[in-house]
Amino acid sequence: MAAIDLLGIEKRYGATSVLKDVSLSIQDGEFLTLVGPSGCGKSTLLRIIAGLESADSGQVRIAGRDVAGDRPKQRNVAMVFQSYALYPHLTVFDNIVMPLRMQRLTSAQRFPLLGRLMPGRNRIEREIRAEGEEVAAMLGVGHLLERKPGQLSGGQRQRVALGRAMVRHPAAFLMDEPLSNLDAKLRVQMRTEIMSLHRELGTTFVYVTHDQAEAMTMSDRVAVMMDGELLQLAGPEQLYADPDDLRVAEMIGSPQINVIPAGMLAGAHRAAWGLPQEVATVAFRPERGSITQQSDATLNGVVSMSENLGADIFVHVRLDGDAGTVVVRTGADGPRHAAGEVVGVSVEGREVLWFDAGKKRIRRQDAEVLAA
Amino acid sequence: MSHQNLRGWMYSAPSVLMMGLLLFGPLLAVLFISLTDWQLGQDSFSFTGLGNFRALFADAVFLKSLRNTCIYVLLVVSGTVILGLLVAILLESSDGLKGFYRTAHFVPVMAAASAMAVVWGTMLHPTIGLFNRVLHVFGYASISWLRDERTALLSLVVIGIWQGFGYAMVLFISGLKAVPQSLYDAAEVDGADGVVDRLRFVILPMMGPVLMFVVIVTAVRAFSVFDTVRVLTGGGPNYSTDVLLYRLYTESFDYLRTGYGAALTVVFLIIVVVLTLVQAKVMDKRVHYS
Repeated sequence: MAAIDLLGIEKRYGATSVLKDVSLSIQDGEFLTLVGPSGCGKSTLLRIIAGLESADSGQVRIAGRDVAGDRPKQRNVAMVFQSYALYPHLTVFDNIVMPLRMQRLTSAQRFPLLGRLMPGRNRIEREIRAEGEEVAAMLGVGHLLERKPGQLSGGQRQRVALGRAMVRHPAAFLMDEPLSNLDAKLRVQMRTEIMSLHRELGTTFVYVTHDQAEAMTMSDRVAVMMDGELLQLAGPEQLYADPDDLRVAEMIGSPQINVIPAGMLAGAHRAAWGLPQEVATVAFRPERGSITQQSDATLNGVVSMSENLGADIFVHVRLDGDAGTVVVRTGADGPRHAAGEVVGVSVEGREVLWFDAGKKRIRRQDAEVLAA
Repeated sequence: MSHQNLRGWMYSAPSVLMMGLLLFGPLLAVLFISLTDWQLGQDSFSFTGLGNFRALFADAVFLKSLRNTCIYVLLVVSGTVILGLLVAILLESSDGLKGFYRTAHFVPVMAAASAMAVVWGTMLHPTIGLFNRVLHVFGYASISWLRDERTALLSLVVIGIWQGFGYAMVLFISGLKAVPQSLYDAAEVDGADGVVDRLRFVILPMMGPVLMFVVIVTAVRAFSVFDTVRVLTGGGPNYSTDVLLYRLYTESFDYLRTGYGAALTVVFLIIVVVLTLVQAKVMDKRVHYS
């Protein structure tokens, strides 16, 4: 178990900067998710923590110790890969205990055939077998120990990969999109399993995904990354309700947050919502709006589509004057809105989030301080 | 025969005819001739049953050529695989001039074997050859590479490896490219980060299919070594470089003992077929197509 601290990590590949001054503290025992679109640098950051890649500048500390120059095995972190990365020629058991054998047996004891004759090997092998079997049983792959990875399903393979990570009791688990190769149903099931694994083990988990739903449901805290920058680090609720950046607001939540350029709003609207001059964009969540009659105080438009998901209906409204389309969630028991219907969308001023031209959030109290 | 069957036979007829004419026909002819005492150009022959084969296995020269061939194959296959793999790994892990070195190593494969044999013959020449001149510079005595029983076969082995490892290398490079990066990463995190461990747990297992292919192709090619023997040593000195195919050629076309040569051909064919079957069987169990 260990806390992980990243201080000013920079990474460039040739002329492209992949990580720009990323600093981040992961607490001991925390489940932290790095989320972002592909190419945002989240996997690179994970590989830098693991020691598979080195940062151009900055510091990685694991349990308070600077690990610069340590090889991956010396960092005592375990990694789980999207492609499972199991050894195809080894049995499930041999895959799981691989890190133990590498740690505890000398290279002479690991020598094919002759290694069996080395003194002390049998005792160590017995310990390894007991530990490997325990981990396998815990993950429900105890009956598959003699199989080869090629004979397993995707879910079983990922369990074996988890077993290989668990068996060494690492300081931290690093997971690189471990569920992305599984089908949708299995993915949801494995999510729960990984969460309960985290509860049982109490070890630090660093989890990389591009799926915001995974990030929101599994993590204690989520770090949102984009273009090599850390945009915001916060708990899932805060990320959703109180984003620091328009890009965070857009990434988190499904359907996406509604975004309207402030310039498209009528003067009456700007006054009603009390928008300061520097606000470039406004945004509100689909559940914060409601469909009403058209009036001066509403966003006016035409219904373009109604998505009925059973419990909720998402009404898409194309706003007048090319201001884009907004989505409003309505209850299934309310009135229905057919395509082509002329409606207004009413949003309370305090539910509207403000962003400046640089996509940064402007909070109301900050704006008041500025005005004063 | 149903209508459909007939049509099927019609479609495959050209291939069946060609295979019969070019493969199975000659094969049957060889089998037939091996049971006779026929000599090339003669009008008559008589059946001798297994006489040719009995004579063959009583012939010290044949047995020596069989032994030479086995030694040659063993050394050339292991040398080609090891050198090919080594160069492939080195090339893959270097950045600059990759394409140049790849091409440079592949040139021997493209070059005409007999022409290259002549070049090697010049380099190995006892007095004017490059090798002995280099030895002289360092103060060593000359070696008659191809005229000495102790070095002649080894010289041919070196030439054989030189000719073939470029081909193995190209195949190994393609195999290396297919090894997923995540497996290297996993091995490194697990602590298998040394050269030997990486070879043992990542590279060799993932290269199984390619390795199998290279071993079979190289072995069959080495079994049928001929050009270098013919051009450089003529099987000598004292039969120390006499190999199966060269013996076959000498018996059939120098001595015109066609029946005897056919028996030799049959033995040669059986060895190659058995070798291929055994290799396919053994390697199949140890190859992991994931």
